[in-house]
Amino acid sequence: MRTYPENPQKVYFFGTCLVNMFYPEAGLAGIKLLQQHGVQVIFPSQQTCCGQPAYNSGFPDEARRVARKQMDLFYKDCPIVVPSGSCAGMMRHHYPKLFAGDPRLDEIRSFSERIYELSEFLVHALGIKLEDQGPPLKVTWHSSCHALREMAVTQDSKALIRQLQNVELVELQDEVDCCGFGGTFAVKQPAISAVMVKDKIADIEQTGAARLITGDCGCLMNISGAMQYQNKSIRGQHLAEFIWERINGNSPTG
Amino acid sequence: MAIHQPVDFENNVSRALKDTQLIRNIQSAMDTLVLKRKTVFSDAAEIEKLRALGNSIKTNALGKLPELLQQLEEKCTANGIQVHWAETIPEANQLVLDIMKSHGATRLVKGKSMVSEEMELNAYLQAHGIEALETDLGEFIIQLNNETPAHIIVPAIHKNRDQISKIFHDNIPDAPYTENVDELNAIARQTLRKKFEKADVGLSGVNFAVAETGTLCLVENEGNGRMCTTAPPVHIALMGLEKVIEKLEELPPMLRLLIGSATGQLITTYVNMITSPRKPGEKDGPKEVHLVILDNGRSKIYADPQRRQTLYCIRCGTCLSHCPVYNRIGGHAYGYIYPGPIGKILNPQVEGLEAAGVLATASSLCNACEEVCPVRIPIPELIRRIRNESYSNDPDSAVAGHGYKRNWIESLTWKMWAVANTYPLLNAIGLRILGFLGAKLPKVGPLKHWTRYRKAPEFAPRSLHELVKQIGVDHE
Repeated sequence: MRTYPENPQKVYFFGTCLVNMFYPEAGLAGIKLLQQHGVQVIFPSQQTCCGQPAYNSGFPDEARRVARKQMDLFYKDCPIVVPSGSCAGMMRHHYPKLFAGDPRLDEIRSFSERIYELSEFLVHALGIKLEDQGPPLKVTWHSSCHALREMAVTQDSKALIRQLQNVELVELQDEVDCCGFGGTFAVKQPAISAVMVKDKIADIEQTGAARLITGDCGCLMNISGAMQYQNKSIRGQHLAEFIWERINGNSPTG
Repeated sequence: MAIHQPVDFENNVSRALKDTQLIRNIQSAMDTLVLKRKTVFSDAAEIEKLRALGNSIKTNALGKLPELLQQLEEKCTANGIQVHWAETIPEANQLVLDIMKSHGATRLVKGKSMVSEEMELNAYLQAHGIEALETDLGEFIIQLNNETPAHIIVPAIHKNRDQISKIFHDNIPDAPYTENVDELNAIARQTLRKKFEKADVGLSGVNFAVAETGTLCLVENEGNGRMCTTAPPVHIALMGLEKVIEKLEELPPMLRLLIGSATGQLITTYVNMITSPRKPGEKDGPKEVHLVILDNGRSKIYADPQRRQTLYCIRCGTCLSHCPVYNRIGGHAYGYIYPGPIGKILNPQVEGLEAAGVLATASSLCNACEEVCPVRIPIPELIRRIRNESYSNDPDSAVAGHGYKRNWIESLTWKMWAVANTYPLLNAIGLRILGFLGAKLPKVGPLKHWTRYRKAPEFAPRSLHELVKQIGVDHE
């Protein structure tokens, strides 16, 4: 079992590149949720990407360059909260492998130890209690493979949704099945990826949910993009933005 | 140099995706295998301990592979088993043929052996006038239909009962058409019994070879393996050189891992431990036992400490059963007899990257394989390694065909990506331009593939970096 900081006063927030570019409201919601619970948030303005795209594509040198930059920016001994199971998994579990043999490996390991996915941090470090303000809504949950198998935070994300009194969570039949994103996999093997996301959408539809909630913007971009392409009415949303809206009755940007 | 034909993966995939019957057969069978494994490995803490033990047994064995192989040869020889070494597939095929010829043998019955599939032994022997008959039911079915296995453990899993009924009726002389499973089994049994009676030589694979005792362990459920290894006067066992383990006491945990992962059983119906040919006074067993140990590129994989983990594989097939990609395209699309996640790392290393490197792109790195591998092979890590080797310009790269995919567009793209993500100002300016151009961007390259099935992602008008400026965060 992982240990969590008690009464954390100050955290770093790593926004991730996909959130920054495509889903900034999810990142903003994550930051504001932390602030609402009395935590001071540091957002190093030079942060960019965890390096996973290059790492997974076979370009470890480029991944190391970008990863090193992030580690230099998040230097203080402070928890680093990440609104993505996949980027958190990269920084927590893969950085020590990416830098195997590096003279600064101890420093890199202690950086990785400070990485927390947003859901687990809200649940275990803050013990967050959510008061739902929204109307009744049926949702389903998609777990990214890395939230599930690297960070093991799926139960925490679902526990947060279950705290919302007016929200009914209907689980997918095959929750552990990959949605077919896989970074460059979606464009290197588009036909296989397309079948995977098609199956995922069929599973989402059979739940009867009006909204799909997930903690990872890669999957969100894939599933939502395919649902929009097929003119489905189900909307996809990042967990942080969803929670913010439910408990505050307004958009994080509003 | 590729050993087998290079894979035409793109065409294979598009053919497989259109074959709805194939995919239905595969998925329903995989669901069953996944469920059975889960049932027999229900105690998570116990299975994690067991997997760690499995990993340490293989780490130990591969760590002293040359010594253990030498010990195995000595023990086997002392026990009366004749040991032969084959560096290449042609050498291994020749060895089997020579043994057959030395006995004037023309009829071979075979138990299930993936190494023999790797060697394409049946075709080789047939070309030399020898009948090589598969006796494992699944292998028997696909041999009748002139196919290769679609799965390491359940080779005919891509066929349903109706299809098998037709294959039997069309290919077995005098076999009536029936869809009754008992009757189909009876037809196979009657056909095979006659062959067992007349066979000159029996052939089998090896699941584990124990160095300290010179024991060959073979597990199976149909009894055909025992028939092949005991009924004919000569038994030939084939193994890849990675199958050796050090001690007999390591066998029970390895069997529990192999069998639970492969078929979801606690133990197979037959567990064969072969330590010698028939001894004076014994009433059964072959008069000669030969062990052929095949390298075929394995020693090159062994030489690299990271890639060596590929050789931990005990061929349980559970990574296939759990793989979302295998579940959508089946085994044949991979183009080699080792499909699925293990195939994505093994084939490129054996066949070279030009022939098989494409297989490493067929993974979303979902980690489902790593989560279930009984010996904890870090398959996703090795997939990344193969991808890296595909672009590497390091002359010391070990995988044949390294750097075959290197091209200036991709290299430059990643270099630019690294620069843009190291100099945030560049990143911000680039983003602003992209946000401004938005939907006007031409749908070329990766975006073309993406938008075939999905709406293109929209750049937000204001990035998170811009939004956070409006709230009270500490920027540093």
